[in-house]
Amino acid sequence: MSAVLDDKTRNQALIQEVLDAYPEKAAKKRAKHLNVYEEGKPDCGVKSNIKSLPGVMTIRGCAYAGSKGVVWGPIKDMVHISHGPVGCGQYSWGTRRNYASGTVGVDNFTVLQVTSDFQEKDIVFGGDKKLEKLIDEIGTIFPLARGISIQSECPIGLIGDDIEAVAKKKGKEVGKTIVPVRCEGFRGVSQSLGHHIANDMVRDWVLDKADNKGFESTPYDVTIIGDYNIGGDAWSSRILLEEMGLRVIAQWSGDGTLAEMEKTPKAKLNLLHCYRSMNYISRHMEEKYGIPWVEYNFFGPSKIAASLREIASHFDDKIKENTEKVIAKYQAMVDGIIAKYKPRLDGKKVMLYVGGLRPRHVVGAYEDLGMEVVGAGYEFAHGDDYQRTTHYVKDGTLIYDDVTGFEFEKFAEKIRPDLVGSGVKEKYIFQKMGIPFRQMHSWDYSGPYHGYDGFAIFARDMDMAINSPVWNMTKAPWKK
Amino acid sequence: MPQSAEKILDHNELFKQPEYQELMARKKQFEDGADAAKVQEVEAYTKSWEYREINFKREALTVNPAKACQPLGAVLCASGFEGTLPYVHGSQGCVAYFRSHLNRHFKEPSSCVSDSMTEDAAVFGGLNNMIDGLANAYALYKPKMIAVSTTCMAEVIGDDLDAFIKTAKQKGSLPEDFRVPFAHTPSFVGSHITGYDNMLKGVLTNLWAGQERKEGAAINVNGGFDGYCVGNNREVKRMLGLMGVDFTVLSDPSDVFDTPADGEFRMYDGGTSIEAGSAAINAKATFLLQGFSTASTAKFIKEKGQEVVAFHNPVGVTATDAFLMEVSRVTGKAIPAELEKERGRLVDAIADSQAYLHGKTFSLFGDPDMVYGLVSFLLELGAEPKHIVVTNSTKDFEAKLGALLEASPFGQEAKIYAGKDLWHMRSLLATEPSDYLIGSSYGKFLERDTGVPLIRIGFPIFDRHHHHRFPIWGYQGGLNVLVKILDKIFDGLDKDPKGTSFDVVR
Repeated sequence: MSAVLDDKTRNQALIQEVLDAYPEKAAKKRAKHLNVYEEGKPDCGVKSNIKSLPGVMTIRGCAYAGSKGVVWGPIKDMVHISHGPVGCGQYSWGTRRNYASGTVGVDNFTVLQVTSDFQEKDIVFGGDKKLEKLIDEIGTIFPLARGISIQSECPIGLIGDDIEAVAKKKGKEVGKTIVPVRCEGFRGVSQSLGHHIANDMVRDWVLDKADNKGFESTPYDVTIIGDYNIGGDAWSSRILLEEMGLRVIAQWSGDGTLAEMEKTPKAKLNLLHCYRSMNYISRHMEEKYGIPWVEYNFFGPSKIAASLREIASHFDDKIKENTEKVIAKYQAMVDGIIAKYKPRLDGKKVMLYVGGLRPRHVVGAYEDLGMEVVGAGYEFAHGDDYQRTTHYVKDGTLIYDDVTGFEFEKFAEKIRPDLVGSGVKEKYIFQKMGIPFRQMHSWDYSGPYHGYDGFAIFARDMDMAINSPVWNMTKAPWKK
Repeated sequence: MPQSAEKILDHNELFKQPEYQELMARKKQFEDGADAAKVQEVEAYTKSWEYREINFKREALTVNPAKACQPLGAVLCASGFEGTLPYVHGSQGCVAYFRSHLNRHFKEPSSCVSDSMTEDAAVFGGLNNMIDGLANAYALYKPKMIAVSTTCMAEVIGDDLDAFIKTAKQKGSLPEDFRVPFAHTPSFVGSHITGYDNMLKGVLTNLWAGQERKEGAAINVNGGFDGYCVGNNREVKRMLGLMGVDFTVLSDPSDVFDTPADGEFRMYDGGTSIEAGSAAINAKATFLLQGFSTASTAKFIKEKGQEVVAFHNPVGVTATDAFLMEVSRVTGKAIPAELEKERGRLVDAIADSQAYLHGKTFSLFGDPDMVYGLVSFLLELGAEPKHIVVTNSTKDFEAKLGALLEASPFGQEAKIYAGKDLWHMRSLLATEPSDYLIGSSYGKFLERDTGVPLIRIGFPIFDRHHHHRFPIWGYQGGLNVLVKILDKIFDGLDKDPKGTSFDVVR
C-alpha cells in the first residue's frame, strides 16, 4: 500500500515537474492530459482527442495516416492512390507490416506506392483531370485490381478538387468500386479522424452498394473487424475462431479484400479488436443490419480465453464446447511459455505509449508474464478508450495523453521502467538511455502477437528486449 | 500445433506451416480473387514487352517513385547544425513521417517539431501556430537555433514564414536575436534534395546576413542530402585533416545521427556551430559534394563572391582524385603521401577483383548525384551501366551523366530514364535484365519480381543495418562500395552449391 502511495506521490511530482518546463499557456493545456489513475474512478481523469500543442513534438500522425495507413491501405485487392504530392505515400510505403497473401503488383497492391505525384500545375489548375486519367491508367497497369480508393492529402481539400464527382463518374465508366476519401492530414487532431472518415466511406461506397445475392450464410458466420494483420496478427486470430467452429467471412482490413467487406453485412456477429479505429462501422452495421458486435482481446492467454468464451456465448453449445477444447489444446503450450519466461520477466515494470487500443489491450499479456504496467498513454484515444482503460490499469498508474517527446523522456528517466513499449520515433531515444524497448505498432518487425501462437512470440520478444546482455555494457567500466 | 515453448516460430516460419497455409487457402473462398492460373498469366503479362510499352505510356500514374518530398531534406539539413531544432510549419502528420523515415534509415532518434496546423489554420492561416509553436519549442527543447520549413498545407494556403517569424518574435515567443533560419519547401516542387538545398541556402542566408565577406584560407564542405552522412562526413574530415586544411563542414549530422548508447539521450550532438557557419562566408571556396542537389545554394554562395567547386558524390578513384586535387588547388596544401598510399590500395583492390566486374551490367536508381557517382565508379571497374532510373532528375544531371557515359567504352549501352519510377524499372529489368541492380531497400521488390540481385546503396536503406556508418566517399569509401558489390557477386556464384564451379579460391 505504501509503495502505491509512494508511486502516486512521485508521479504527481513528476507531472508537476514536466508542466513547470512549459510556457504558462501550454502548461495549463497539458495539465489536462496528465494524471495519476485513482482506483475506482470511471475514467483515467485526462482529456483526450484534443488538438496537439504546436511545437511540443507530439508523436501523433494525421488523418491520412489513419485512413490510408491503417484502415484502407491493407485492403489488398484495391489500389490505394495517395492523391497529392509524393511524400505521404513515400513515407507510408510498406512500413506498417500489414501482411497480405498474393502477388504484389498483380493481385495484391498493399506494398505499392501509387501516387498522383502532384506538381505545382496540379495545385494551380486542380487535379481532377489528372485523377481521371490516373484511374484509367490503373485499369491497364493493374488489370486484376478490384477497386480503387482515393486517399486525399492536404492540398486536395484546400484547392477545391471534387474527388467525389470523379469517383462517381469513373466508377460508373469502369464498372469498379472507386472510393473517395477526404482524409486530408489537416483534418481533425490525429490519425483518429482518418479512421472515422475511412469507416464512413466504407459505409457509403462499399456496404451500401454491396450485392450479396447468392451468398450462402451459415449460423456461424463471423468477421474480424479492426485487425490489421501486423506481422500476421489476423491469421493467428482467425485460426482460433476457425478451430472454435466459426466461419470467418471477412477480415477488416488486414489481408482483406473488397469482396470480404461487401459480404460483412451477412455476418451473424462482428468481432471487433481495435475498437478505436473501427467501432464506427460496427455500430453502423448494428443499426442498419442488426448485426451485434463484440469487443475481444487476443493478447495473452488470460484475455484470449476470456474473449473466446465471450464470443462463444453468442453461439450454440457446440461452439461453446469447441471453445473449451481450443483453450485446453493450447494450455500446455501456454504453460510452457509461462514457465520459461515468467521467471525472467516477473516484476518487471513497463511503460506504454501507443495508438488507441494497445496501451490497455496488452496489459493482460504482460501480467500473464508477471510484469506490471506502470505508465500508459495513447496517441489518439477518446474518452471511451480511457474509460475502458480503467478495466486494465492499476491504482497509481501514470496516465499521459498525446504525450510530448519532452514529457515521455522525463517520465521514463525518473521512473526507470524495465521496458518501454512505443513507436519507432521513441525506440532509439530510450535505447540510448539504456532502457529496453519494443516497438508496439509494428511489433518491432516481429509478430504476430495476437492469439496463442502470437503470445509465444510476444513473451520471447519481451525477454529478448529486457534480458539482452547489451544493457550491461552501456556504462564504460572505468566510469562505473 | 506448430508453436512450442522449446522452438518459438515467428512470422518468418510460422505462416509456412501447414495449419496456416490451409487457413489461407480456406480464406480464398471469401476473397473472390482471380484463380492461380489467371494470376500467373497476368504476372507473366506484366513482365512482357507488350506491358512495358503500355507501362511507359503512363502520364498521370506514378508507381513506386524513387523520391520523397522537400521538407524531409530540410529536416536532414537542419539536423546538421549545432543545437538546431528542425521545425516544420504545417500539418503534424508530415513530421511524424519525416522522423520515422530518418529513424528507419539511421536506426537513430530524429528530433523535429511541427506546429500542428489543423482546419482552423487552413482557414485563418497558421500565424498563431507559429507564435505558440516557437515559444513552446524554445522553452522545452532549448535549441540554439530553430530551422523552419513548410509542409504543402502551409504552402497551399500561402503562409509567409519571414513575416510569421518576425511577428512571433514581436509577440515574445523568442528573443529578438534568436536565429530562426527558414525555407519554403513545397512538396509539390522538386523532391527531398530540393528541400535540402532550400534549407541550406536558408541557413546560410540567415548566418551570413549583414556580413561583409573577407576571404580567408579555410574552405567549406557540404555533403548534400546524404544517407551516408555519418560515414562520409567523418571520412571527408579525416582526409582534410590529413591534408592540414582548415575547413568547416556546412551541415554535419554525422554525430547527431550516430550518438552512443551510454545511458544519456543526446537530442543534439555535434553539428556545424553558429560561429563556424557564420564565418563560412569568408571561406576561400565551398565544396559541394552533391552538386546537382545543391544548385540554388551554389548560386547563393557564388553571389557572395565565393568560389564553388561542385562534385557529384565522389565514389571511386577518379572522383576522389578530383576532389583532393581541387582541395589542393584551392588551399595550396599538398596531397600527403598517406592519402596517396590509400589511393594505391584502392587501385590494388580493384586490380585484384576486376575480373569479376569487367563487363558485368548494372542497373541503377536513386538521386542524381548518387547515381552519377556510382556510374562513374562502375566505369572505372570496367562494369557496364544499363538502365538508369532517376525519378527526381534534372536537365543538368542528364547532360552531365550523358557525357560521362558517352566518354567511356563501358557506358555505351546505358540509357537514362529521367523522371521514371521503379515500376518502369520493373519492366526494364523483366524484359532486358541486367546482371545486378543498385539502389535503396525498395529495390528488393524489383529483385523479387525480376531475379536481378540488388546491391543496397542509396537512400533509404531500411532493411539492412549500419551501412550508413561506413563511408562511400574517398578511397576508403570506394573500397567499401567495391566490397559491397563483390560480396553480392560472389554470393551469387555460390548459390549453386551443386555446380562444378563451387570454387574455394576466387
